[in-house]
Amino acid sequence: MNYHAIKVIYKFEMLRAWNTFLQTIASPVISTSLYFVVFGSAIGSRIQQVEGVSYGAFIVPGLMMLSLLTQSISNASFGIYFPRFTGTIYEVLSAPISFFEILLGYVGAAASKSLIIGGIILFTAGFFVDLSIAHPVWMLAFLVLTSITFSLLGFIIGIWADNFEKLQLIPLLVITPLVFLGGSFYSVGMLPPAWQTVTLFNPVLYLISGFRWSFFEVSDVSVGLSLFMILLFLTICIAIVWWMFRTGYRLKQ
Amino acid sequence: MQPIISIKNLSKTYASGHQALQDVSLDIAEGEILALLGPNGAGKTTLISIICGIVTPSAGRVTVAGFDIIDDFRQTREMIGLVPQELTLGAFDTVWNTVSFSRGLFGKRPNPEFLRQLLRQLALFEKRESELMTLSGGMKRRVLIAKALAHEPKILFLDEPTAGVDVELRKEMWRIVERLRTAGVTIILTTHYIEEAEEIADRVGVINEGRLLLVDDKRSLMHELGKKQLEIELKERIDIMPANLVDWNLELSADGRQLTYTYDTQARTTGITMLLQAIGDAGLSLKDLKSKQSSLEEIFVDLVNLKP
Ligand SMILES: Nc1ncnc2c1ncn2[C@@H]1O[C@H](COP(=O)(O)OP(=O)(O)OP(=O)(O)O)[C@@H](O)[C@H]1O
Ligand SMILES: [Mg+2]
Repeated sequence: MNYHAIKVIYKFEMLRAWNTFLQTIASPVISTSLYFVVFGSAIGSRIQQVEGVSYGAFIVPGLMMLSLLTQSISNASFGIYFPRFTGTIYEVLSAPISFFEILLGYVGAAASKSLIIGGIILFTAGFFVDLSIAHPVWMLAFLVLTSITFSLLGFIIGIWADNFEKLQLIPLLVITPLVFLGGSFYSVGMLPPAWQTVTLFNPVLYLISGFRWSFFEVSDVSVGLSLFMILLFLTICIAIVWWMFRTGYRLKQ
Repeated sequence: MQPIISIKNLSKTYASGHQALQDVSLDIAEGEILALLGPNGAGKTTLISIICGIVTPSAGRVTVAGFDIIDDFRQTREMIGLVPQELTLGAFDTVWNTVSFSRGLFGKRPNPEFLRQLLRQLALFEKRESELMTLSGGMKRRVLIAKALAHEPKILFLDEPTAGVDVELRKEMWRIVERLRTAGVTIILTTHYIEEAEEIADRVGVINEGRLLLVDDKRSLMHELGKKQLEIELKERIDIMPANLVDWNLELSADGRQLTYTYDTQARTTGITMLLQAIGDAGLSLKDLKSKQSSLEEIFVDLVNLKP
């Protein structure tokens, strides 16, 4: 293992966030606060409780997932796409480093950043609502698994994309709608039955449901199913990355 | 002695179907400076990229110090530093950070003292905290060299190190290469400038359309392929070639005052004595005589044009 290489890639990627420190910290804080003002106060004054949980607290896991997913994808995809775009990727490709080590550096850093942002959101939310976390270990496990899975997805997008438009296409057109329609801000039980069935095809629903269960012990689907689904996504992403590295897809001619 | 780099029957066909390299075989000795000469699109960058692991070969095999570049990539890549043709650098990193990054990437533990010395040698030390985008083109090229040398490689590839570089910096680049050679580094450089190959290389390889046309010691190359020209300056101008000189294939200059005779130094007889005799017979008197060796450039143009 080339530990020095993993370390410098990881450090370099973290430094990139550090250089835009204010943006890294401020944007989740501001957007979380705004969500609380809009959803928590405006809607929360009408819907006091969802399944026995105050509406303000109920949206916290969804809010965290929304940021976690978008941040993981954008950080990881940008991290690998940018060196490809500028050509500096030549150095990584010519270094005595395996694809697995490249992956550890880039995806590790992106997942770490997402975790930090998740923490910031949780902390910010604490100012607005009373939060109790029923299963902290499970919460952390969901957080880590989701960050890694979606950082992997971001990495895949960053390798697949050959222009900036494609880089933003999937987060914008796929992920954001799925998160909003996946029960971030409501319980699936609040929808008409037909729509409930449609929602079950939304993979993000399982993430949010499981994650919310770790907070409040209420969920739309069973926790076991949530865990199974997240592990399934993880396996799919790993398989795709493995194939990309095997074939040198878009990295080597 | 075992060559440090051994290339055997290497071919590369890109996904586009373009064959960039065809059956290239080449041995490179430790400590030598090899210049690869060839026109645009000849396949120089492709060859270097394969050895460095950026492009996968279609056929053939390359070993570095006995290690296979694919199966033992860790060993081979550790020994190699690459300065790419394009000025590919990040924008916001500092010189110091990017050089430290390169060292770590190649698996070497941090060594600030070594890096400081390296930056001093490349006259970058004052700029170590500058962001890369604020540097001039020449400085960026030196940063790329510093990055390539940050892990103390035994072999250095310089892909057109002096393209778009002014005369002063080019001379400086040659000095850097000379210093590295003294330190025992094997250097492979590509260039379009013949004078560059002539100035610093031990051996010259000529590539055209994916084929390695020849590799030879610079001196023997110039000697073997070299033609000499004899310039004969006349006291009085002539308008037409005298009849007895027509068969000599002489070139008459526009002002009618100079004859040029081209001959092969390898031929058994050069014919110079007889030519001078014939000039005397034609009633012409000489003002001056000059002979000159053809440069690598002329050899190169001949070679490239020779092959279909
Ligand atoms: N990624 C690629 N896909 C398809 N064809 C390529 C690719 N890279 C290079 N080529 C082609 O391969 C040939 C050799 O290119 P290469 O870059 O090796 O030439 P070169 O000798 O370095 O030229 P130059 O002096 O212009 O740098 C060219 O015809 C080029 O168009
Ligand atoms: Mg080139």
